[in-house]
Amino acid sequence: MSLQAGLGHYLVVSALLFCLGLLGVVGRRNLLVIYMGLELMLNSANLALVAFSRFNNNLNGQVMVFFVITVAAAEVAVGLALIVALYRRRQTAHVEDLVSLKL
Amino acid sequence: MPQPTDLLFYAFAGLTLLFGFLCVANPLSRNPVTSAMFLVLTIVSMAGLFVLLNAFFLAAVQILVYAGAVMVLFLFVIMLLDLQEEERRKLNKVALGLGGVAILGLAGILVRALAAGPAKAGSPAVEGTTRELGRILFQSYLLPFEVVSVLLLVAMVGVILLSKKELK
Repeated sequence: MSLQAGLGHYLVVSALLFCLGLLGVVGRRNLLVIYMGLELMLNSANLALVAFSRFNNNLNGQVMVFFVITVAAAEVAVGLALIVALYRRRQTAHVEDLVSLKL
Repeated sequence: MPQPTDLLFYAFAGLTLLFGFLCVANPLSRNPVTSAMFLVLTIVSMAGLFVLLNAFFLAAVQILVYAGAVMVLFLFVIMLLDLQEEERRKLNKVALGLGGVAILGLAGILVRALAAGPAKAGSPAVEGTTRELGRILFQSYLLPFEVVSVLLLVAMVGVILLSKKELK
């Protein structure tokens, strides 16, 4: 890889960011922080899409990112409402307390 | 010879990864508010990367929607819930170590695959300005655009229903 920032560089940043988001999902135990990890993963996919769109001269990728951002906003609203509803019933936002489906 | 844009790329990429790491695994603080603030910084530096990719409209949308709307929602919910006991919990060291090893492996595989197979890339010429994006959005993607507006309406109704005290 050359020093000049090309497609590969952006894809490496995207892959590392995805791994950081996954680290948040796997390593943290707070529902809200897990949700932030999910947002990081979505964002890393967006970055890869924009990079591909730029280096393949195809604007459709950016339209895709536009839709992803819209759907992610709706998803965050619903997910946070679910977390609030859960907290109201159980008084906790900690995944280790939510084990009623465990055998 | 690296151009100024390349130096900017390295700066923004480094900042994105640093803030992303501090968001999910801050060694100093496990407060969710700190994580949310670092997520804002991650998203803003990622908007910088979008500008470097000439996706100007998406950079603006990223800051408006993510750093604005979504993070305000996050902060509202964090402050609505009482999460003080989070800091007193002890971490499961074994699970954390195993997860870290697995993710390091995944990162290694991904970076190796990217370094091995040179992704085909033409010379960049596309400009993600509002005019170009709007033209393609309202010509080729008109139906998905309208469907997304219905999706937002559904999400809004769903959130109101979920947040009501009693379901009837």
